[in-house]
Amino acid sequence: MSSSPPLPPGAPQPAVKALFCPKCGAAISLRALGQAVSAVCGSCHSILDAKSPQLQILQTFEKIVSSDPPLIPLGTRGRIRGTDYETIGFQRRSIKVEGVQYSWHEYVLFNPYKGFRYLSEYQGHWNDVAVCKEQPVIDTRFSIALSANYLGETYRHFQSTNATTDFVLGEFPWEVRVGEQATTTDYVHPPRMLSREQASGEESWSIGEYMEGKDVWSAFHLPGSPPEAIGIYENQPSPVGPNIKSVWAAFALFALALFVFMISFDLHAKKEPVFSASYQLNTGQPVGEASFVTDTFDLSGRTSTVEVKTSADLQNNWIYLNYVLINQDTGEAWDFGREVSFYTGYDSDGSWKEGGQQNTVIVPSVPPGKYYLRIEPEADPRHPRISYTVEVIRDVPVNGYYGIGFLVLLIPPIMITWRAFSFERSRWSESDHPPMPILNSEGN
Amino acid sequence: MTKPVSNCPNCGARITFQWSSSVQTVCEYCKSILVRTDVDLKKVGEVADLPSETSAIQLNTEGIYKNKAFVVTGRILYEYDQGGWNEWLVAMNDGTSAWLSDAQEEYAVSFPLSGQKLPAESQLQVGQQFNWHGESYSLSAITKAHYRGVQGELPFEYWDKTDVLFADLRSASRKFATLDYSDEEPALYLGELVEFEDLKMKNLRQFEGWS
Repeated sequence: MSSSPPLPPGAPQPAVKALFCPKCGAAISLRALGQAVSAVCGSCHSILDAKSPQLQILQTFEKIVSSDPPLIPLGTRGRIRGTDYETIGFQRRSIKVEGVQYSWHEYVLFNPYKGFRYLSEYQGHWNDVAVCKEQPVIDTRFSIALSANYLGETYRHFQSTNATTDFVLGEFPWEVRVGEQATTTDYVHPPRMLSREQASGEESWSIGEYMEGKDVWSAFHLPGSPPEAIGIYENQPSPVGPNIKSVWAAFALFALALFVFMISFDLHAKKEPVFSASYQLNTGQPVGEASFVTDTFDLSGRTSTVEVKTSADLQNNWIYLNYVLINQDTGEAWDFGREVSFYTGYDSDGSWKEGGQQNTVIVPSVPPGKYYLRIEPEADPRHPRISYTVEVIRDVPVNGYYGIGFLVLLIPPIMITWRAFSFERSRWSESDHPPMPILNSEGN
Repeated sequence: MTKPVSNCPNCGARITFQWSSSVQTVCEYCKSILVRTDVDLKKVGEVADLPSETSAIQLNTEGIYKNKAFVVTGRILYEYDQGGWNEWLVAMNDGTSAWLSDAQEEYAVSFPLSGQKLPAESQLQVGQQFNWHGESYSLSAITKAHYRGVQGELPFEYWDKTDVLFADLRSASRKFATLDYSDEEPALYLGELVEFEDLKMKNLRQFEGWS
């Protein structure tokens, strides 16, 4: 440093400083100028003190033959959020959960004006990470920290682990050591995550935002294609999550439109009574042979619905009426049957009722003309005398269709909600707070 | 603003003060540390060249902070075991001054606050709570730094230091506080982290291959 000749004023500062490894003599290029704290020799993997003019050796570590090289080669430049950054450092860290080691990669990015930024990668899932400028606030109402607040947003606790540094390469703005352990705590608010690292009495917070591999590839102009993302990452945005509210809002809107439609149809329906007559079925009359026809009645106006309403003075018995609506002129006929039954009684739970004394049936699209009904009543052979009234009303609204429409409208929001729910379940099943299984048989 | 001019008592070079309240400056040519007296400049010491690559900021860098234009007139460089940082003295166009610090390209602007009752060095403890100007601060770290050198103009005499103690205090917002124990009396600075873009700086150091 001190041996370099003074630069003429205004000359650009050299971007890279060339030095030699004190252990193996290999050339080392310091890319982060005066900002690197540690640098790793690419040949012998000695960790060097980048601040000392002689690059004092801090640690040597057994290089694990790298079957796992950086996906972004050191020295590659890429553009993140409109700023160019150079990849200057790479480390592999891991955690052990129930005896299984999970490892991920971290890249140190540098810009001489904007400073440091990081990229992390785990099984094809990337995060763009920066050091927090504001101090996040942990919710300490419970003995364990379940959430943290950062810039007005609540992040849910996802996982606390002990991370070990396994492999390092390049330069770092801190004193890096292989084998060093840190306690990491992740809080998520997809697509962002908040991480706290605690090591040797110091804590630091960083904020990450989920990035897709293809965006990293295009930012750094990398050849080929990025590794495919496996599984669901802790802060991966749900493919349907943000849509849920708008889908339900659309549903509410359509349901309201349907309701308005229904009301206006109801208001416009004429509900015109065209026929009414009362009959009696006398006790003990033979069954199934008492068919008769009514007087004719006019269905005027346009083709419309026809409602046939049956009312009977029943008490713990039933009557079955077989109707045929017949057009006097064309002979066109609509055949339908209706049972009216009504039972009441008492049991240990108190009084009960079943059925009713009225029944209606709607015949759709009946053209205008002169009509009559053929009625064939049936009842229990031991029935008492039953009085019943038959009414015919034309142009009535059919509300059942609206119910079906409503159910059809419900399908997309329910499917999307279910997908979002499943996605969140998969996400959280990897966390310290796995969801309860829905069914006992789940996973079998 | 009139710029007082004199000559270096050591090498005779012309010394121009950018900021009228400067107390100390460093001769660009012979690196003598010069202190202003009532009549002339007195040489009190010398500094070695400071490394230039540790910051994008340099003397005469201009920028804007809270709608006030500023120019960088002086520098103190500190180092500690996790790196180094620069405290740049910036003279605002309204005659006031502030400190623009740059630690691994994390930028912050701070101002001294006098008249506060401050804890003695021996009383400092991580986790202590303080309240200044309606903001609460928590002591997050006590750092022993090494004084590396000075450059340009400073508002006080500052040279011949060795190890200096600082206490860092954080708030829930971007605001922070620093307790400086480099003199007998502790000094308090209140500041906030700022974005590089927001300072709209010009005349920055150029790095080869970066724009």
